[in-house]
Amino acid sequence: MQQETYNYRVVRQFAVMTVVWGIVGMLVGVIIAAQLAFPTLTDGISWLSYGRLRPLHTNAVIFAFGGSALFATSYYVVQRTCQARLFGGPLVGFTFWGWQLIIVLAAVTLPLGITSGKEYAELEWPIDILIAVVWVCYAVVFFGTIVKRKVSHIYVANWFYGAFILTVALLHIVNSMVIPVTPTKAYSLYPGAIDAMVQWWYGHNAVGFFLTAGFLGMMYYFVPKQAGRPVYSYRLSVVHFWALISTYMWAGPHHLHYTALPDWAQSVGMLFSLILLAPSWGGMINGIMTLSGAWHKLRTDPILKFLIVSLSFYGMSTFEGPMMSIKTVNALSHYTDWTIGHVHSGALGWVAMVSVGAIYFLLPKLFGRPAMYSTRLVETHFWIATIGVVLYIASMWIAGVMQGLMWRAVNADGTLTYAFIESVERTYPYYYVRLLGGLLFLGGMFLMAFNMVKTMAGAQSADDAIHAPAAH
Amino acid sequence: MSTFWSTWVVVLTVGNIVACLWLIRWTMKKRSNEAATGDVTGHTWDEDLQEYNNPLPRWWLWLFYLTLAFAVIYLALYPGLGNYQGLFGWSSHGSQYTQEMQAAEAKYGPIYRQYASVSVDDLASKPEYAEARAMGERLFLTYCMQCHGSDARGSSGFPNLADKDWLWGGSADQITASIANGRQAMMPAHGHLDAASIDNLVAYVRSLSDPVTDSAGQSAGRQIFVTAGCVGCHGLDAKGNVLLGAPNLTDNTWLYGGSAATIRETITKGRHGIMPAHQELLGQDKVHLLAAYVASLSR
Repeated sequence: MQQETYNYRVVRQFAVMTVVWGIVGMLVGVIIAAQLAFPTLTDGISWLSYGRLRPLHTNAVIFAFGGSALFATSYYVVQRTCQARLFGGPLVGFTFWGWQLIIVLAAVTLPLGITSGKEYAELEWPIDILIAVVWVCYAVVFFGTIVKRKVSHIYVANWFYGAFILTVALLHIVNSMVIPVTPTKAYSLYPGAIDAMVQWWYGHNAVGFFLTAGFLGMMYYFVPKQAGRPVYSYRLSVVHFWALISTYMWAGPHHLHYTALPDWAQSVGMLFSLILLAPSWGGMINGIMTLSGAWHKLRTDPILKFLIVSLSFYGMSTFEGPMMSIKTVNALSHYTDWTIGHVHSGALGWVAMVSVGAIYFLLPKLFGRPAMYSTRLVETHFWIATIGVVLYIASMWIAGVMQGLMWRAVNADGTLTYAFIESVERTYPYYYVRLLGGLLFLGGMFLMAFNMVKTMAGAQSADDAIHAPAAH
Repeated sequence: MSTFWSTWVVVLTVGNIVACLWLIRWTMKKRSNEAATGDVTGHTWDEDLQEYNNPLPRWWLWLFYLTLAFAVIYLALYPGLGNYQGLFGWSSHGSQYTQEMQAAEAKYGPIYRQYASVSVDDLASKPEYAEARAMGERLFLTYCMQCHGSDARGSSGFPNLADKDWLWGGSADQITASIANGRQAMMPAHGHLDAASIDNLVAYVRSLSDPVTDSAGQSAGRQIFVTAGCVGCHGLDAKGNVLLGAPNLTDNTWLYGGSAATIRETITKGRHGIMPAHQELLGQDKVHLLAAYVASLSR
């Protein structure tokens, strides 16, 4: 009798596309960083203008790169930890091709200027419907696999992946409620300040569930696996899971401090953002402390370096976030490049680094190789990426605080000391440094693509047999 | 907000904070059948994935309690729990905004008031009022440069304030009125005219300021200039009307541009220029200084 195997095909597809979309999304990021440093770079070409490419960059890195990484790892992890093949048959392939179609549609419509104007939810309503359909199929595959698991307990990584899948469905559907006018234009169902609140309820939970809960699921599998150590504390994972998913829901209003949003909503948004600090750090502690007893592995294992450094950046940005949500701090930081620095400390330092580590872990296993083609290249990638992130966030911190201070400086007669354009002029040096940081990070992705192609060359992609559950 | 929604907010907010506390206590409880502290829990996934039964780190717990306590105190002092206003009675628009505006008025008001009784013309020209003009320039760089530019020379659609050409008049009173009350200019769209008429009109308007342009159609254009109603605002001599902000078409100053293509666009689609009113935003004294600064640019 032929032994049943895990479905690695879809994992391979998503893993390869993670690297491809990573390069595309970060390349667009580098282009718009260059446009800020050299504003006349693409003058006169509407579809290469900053306003059109910026949403393309965010959609490509979050949903194409991050999304593919989440699909790849969640499909791998849920099978391995349930000891069952993916549920859903043809739905599995549909989620891959459907998601790729959505990405291609985004890459076409956004440069054409077709946009709903909602940040991180720019895609117009027909694409939104397609996203909802693919996402529901994803949920069916994932939870179907959980249902047919061969082990009694559900592993912690799957709690996080599950919360991410359910919540993103809810966020996407509620925030995308519109009245369609033409196939490329629709108007929000919500009026004024309510629309802003719904948008940032969505926007911050996209950070909380897409970019945090999902990647914590990734962390809970790949860190203990690569370290060869048990997870530090089961208790901690229970507390920080429930506290994280319940408090994230409230944090959105901190994007709307000092606006038309009612005071009570601003207060509640700030307070739950502060409460979020401990639950966020719970994940960082659980990941980093898993290494206790295996710290020496950090010296020689670049994959572990990616994973552990990503957790350090996670800890940094989840400290920075609650601080920035305090209204008096926000009065300085809001609308400055500090916000951009904060986002990238999370997006590059945490999300991209943990994904890169996980994909390096997966590729040899998916293509039947003992290891990546070159471990030294992985090591080089790690250092280039780390230096790139540090240059990026340090330059944006300095630029942001400088801008905030310049904007609030007043003369003895109460007029502004600096015109807005003066703060832009002073920001140029930091834009150059940021561009360099972005180029380094993108360069690392090219090394990864080369390493991946070499690892795949001539490989026999063998699917692992499903092993029997351990007795317990 | 209604009592129902207020209660809803209170229940959810307090409920989530209490749930966090309950979650911590519930998780910390020792179970009779659990593994010893520091041991693995006994479950294994994917061949070798296990979890230690370690307690919650104490410093981390204190951090969690601290943020929860901060939230409770803040909610008692500030608005947050539905309609409850908080013990400080603070609100962003009611108390903080009003107080800060009053404090600013008390601090900065007298600085501007000292020039209120000097005429705009004196402030604009006399050497002893250089500081008043400098203050006017600082106000300009705060409130006006977004449209008129830091050198006040404007850009397409936004008039140059540094030349001697005025749409709404350049006297002290006219400049003050433009700043205080704003201006609304309306050039109606004439896209309904037939193509030949528009061609002729464009040729005529071009010829007013550029005698070397091809003369074909000019006299026909002149006819349409009268019959289509252009004379109503721009006048028979096409020299404009400061009461309506209608520009003089016979000089070489162009608000939107003087090329044939731009003139055609102006005629077919119309223009609607808006200068916002600043009296309410800035108050009389600042408007006065701004008018003096703007007047000084062309004198």
